Amino acid sequence: METNRRIFLKSSALAMVGIGSSPSWLSRTLYANDARSPRKKILVAIFQRGAMDGLNVVIPHGEAAYYDLRPNLAIPRPDGTPDSAIDLDGFFGLHPSLQALKPIYDAGHLAIVHAAGSPDPTRSHFDAQDYMESGTPGAKSTSDGWLNRALKQETRRSGVRAVAIGDEMPRALRGPNDAIALASVDSFQVRNAAGAAAFEKMYEGTHDKVLNGTGRETFEAVKLMQSIQKRPYSPANGARYPEGKLGQEMMQIARLIKADIGLEIAFTDVRGWDHHVNEVGAKPAVGQLANLLAQFGQALAAFHTDLGDRMANVTVVTMSEFGRTAKENGARGTDHGHANVMFAFGGGIKGGKVYGEWPGLEREQLYEERDLDVTTDFRDVLSELVVRHLGNPRIVDVFPGYDQPKFRGLVSA
Amino acid sequence: MWKFAALFCMAASLPAGNIKTPGADYSQFEKKLSKDQSILHALNRLTFGPRPGDIAAVKKMGLEKWIDLQLHPERIAQRPQLDVRPSPAGNSAQVQPAQYAQDKIYRAVYSNRQLEEVLVDFWYNHFNVDMTKGADRRLVPAYERDAIRPNALGKFRDLLGATAHSPAMLFYLDNWQSVAPEQTGRANAKRPTRGLNENYARELMELHTLGVDGGYTQHDIIEVARCFTGWTIDRPNQDSGGTFRFDARTHDKAEKIVLGVTIPAGGGMDDGETVLDILARHPSTAKFISKKLAERFVADDPPPALIARMAQTFQATGGDIRAVLATMFGSREFFSQGAYRAKVKTPLELVVSAARATGARVESEAGLVNQTGVLGEALYRKIEPTGYSSANAEWVSSTALLARMNFAIQLAGNHVQGVLMDSSRFSNDPAAAAKQILFADASAQTLHSIQKKPAPPKADLIGLILGSPDFQRK
Repeated sequence: METNRRIFLKSSALAMVGIGSSPSWLSRTLYANDARSPRKKILVAIFQRGAMDGLNVVIPHGEAAYYDLRPNLAIPRPDGTPDSAIDLDGFFGLHPSLQALKPIYDAGHLAIVHAAGSPDPTRSHFDAQDYMESGTPGAKSTSDGWLNRALKQETRRSGVRAVAIGDEMPRALRGPNDAIALASVDSFQVRNAAGAAAFEKMYEGTHDKVLNGTGRETFEAVKLMQSIQKRPYSPANGARYPEGKLGQEMMQIARLIKADIGLEIAFTDVRGWDHHVNEVGAKPAVGQLANLLAQFGQALAAFHTDLGDRMANVTVVTMSEFGRTAKENGARGTDHGHANVMFAFGGGIKGGKVYGEWPGLEREQLYEERDLDVTTDFRDVLSELVVRHLGNPRIVDVFPGYDQPKFRGLVSA
Repeated sequence: MWKFAALFCMAASLPAGNIKTPGADYSQFEKKLSKDQSILHALNRLTFGPRPGDIAAVKKMGLEKWIDLQLHPERIAQRPQLDVRPSPAGNSAQVQPAQYAQDKIYRAVYSNRQLEEVLVDFWYNHFNVDMTKGADRRLVPAYERDAIRPNALGKFRDLLGATAHSPAMLFYLDNWQSVAPEQTGRANAKRPTRGLNENYARELMELHTLGVDGGYTQHDIIEVARCFTGWTIDRPNQDSGGTFRFDARTHDKAEKIVLGVTIPAGGGMDDGETVLDILARHPSTAKFISKKLAERFVADDPPPALIARMAQTFQATGGDIRAVLATMFGSREFFSQGAYRAKVKTPLELVVSAARATGARVESEAGLVNQTGVLGEALYRKIEPTGYSSANAEWVSSTALLARMNFAIQLAGNHVQGVLMDSSRFSNDPAAAAKQILFADASAQTLHSIQKKPAPPKADLIGLILGSPDFQRK
């Protein structure tokens, strides 16, 4: 009976809506405030493409070898000046350009996992990104992505439960479960109002079974988006998203979350981390990496501020395909390495701590005598979020062949 | 109609339709098409979509003769523009995938040898290489030109061999770095350890030949990988390098056993050739390739009896691709209600068929290349070695459908960069205009949606027809 009621509500909502009216209160009724279904948990994944230099992002300032290996690149030990690392725990420090994230760490909502990465030895961006998005290091033929598989099998679903920001569907979100890619909330529509009505009629009336089913879902999603598009968006709590792609995309995700249309998973990426040359400028705390990090930190912090209390149900996780050489190269840059650093923040995260066993930077401690070694498999971090945050216990489906992940205790019970 | 089944079928002796998957209903593949439907169907499947005038031309020539001609592209006069067109990858210099893909779009729209272009797309996708992977940005143009295209209608063993030797594939699936196990293992951690790399061996059997259920084991993968050690690339990352090289020093010279066949110790490059011979001759390969072709050209779930006849042709002719295709195009299953409009166009097919159906003038292809990516089929940028699926489900998602509708509106409104469409050549009557584009009557639901008063502006009408469910099918 319950199902029937929902179907009735859903179809009457759509019947009433038509193109042009706003069903916002109805869609909220349908997707959020159902008494039997508390607000959904949401996972936001950010991929830093190009292999971020994790050692200059969360700096092991307590490790002498770090300063020996990087005479031109090392961020100075924390001394309170703007060019030095921001101390976290007496051993690690944040890059000074990540100042915006420090309050979240201090509030206990930002967890850092250092020396995390993929066990696969590849130093190819292509292969490593592929493996991290498919969730199956070493297996090239996996056809879908871990984020898509992380969606729980449910009968009652929103047409926008999984969203990638961008024109094309990323590898991580491809697969059998419904997912949409959109460049922005405003672009998800038929770009011709009269055309939209005619197309809707065609696809809802067609006897073509394949196109009919998806056609209906499409117009359902379009209408949900229209309800959002009609409400101009302004970030809450004085949040200020930085200029640039990531800031704008995080704002799109915040907008989708606040619309209560059933979003469970969002994905976006940020490029440009492959700093072989001139990673730093005139001094280590400035330059290309510093600029990118400033944007990154501000975008994440603005998202955190904007969502306010809603962060209770939201976790953001970041990843990059591999790290960079422990030793700087001759061009004020670094080359392809192994382990990296991951961030996870949200209301349910036990933050204020740097997780993971530190493998050390002495020569014999390095992976192949050159790179930070991996002590936390990236799937340990992601599995914990899938199981304990999203509440999907089917880890064997999400990370095939990796069914005994070691949870680090990032998610509060 | 079915007289030419006999004409084409080299293995038509098998009584068809007896072999059925239990429970599956293939009765629709027994129902014939009308003559007009047959012509439209053949044009939809053997080309990137009919152009104005194509139906009449095929009718005039005769369908059987037209199919035979498409199977022999060398007998078809090519448009002179196609030969003089400067390739975006004229030399070995790096080229961006989006730039290189323009050439593919141009050929798909304008080549007279349409089946050849369809097959180049099919085989490239079967032996997929992602152009964004490192040196493949430089190696892919030669791969398609020298390994895929010349063998698209030839012997499968030649095609397989050309891909196995190609630096593009050796790089993409890492075989160039694969060395005999005894070459590594020295306790010298300063050098990144390189050893046996199984990637190519695995995909060679799973994706290129036998198929995942083709009867090989993990042990076979290792043995095949050992056979291919030493198949490498001369300086892959330099403009002056990038050619195939056999490095005897890194080749595993010990004995191997592949699918039960012993390859004696002391071999060299021939070990790999022997593997290719074994795989190309294997019955699983005949079946796997036949099935994949039938999935592309007939239907997502083609009748097993048809696949069996195609596989029989494959084996009887030593893997002659042209003969296998002739068996398929000569079958009653191909010209059946089960196959008619059974496939959803891939993004490439949608984009190109729209330009062809409307007689649009493509002055530059960048806009169309971009559209294929937005629709989900980024050309030359498929990361996985599986290539793109030709199954309907792959292409029907909310994002994709919306993008298809928007593409249709943009194209009809002349808002796709480099493409010019003259709306005035279409009838003012919606039903007649739909027939001009679909080359058949539109469905009742589509007609109902476009026959409105007042009539929509012509460009909007064309956009609606191109974005209709009818036009998504082929």
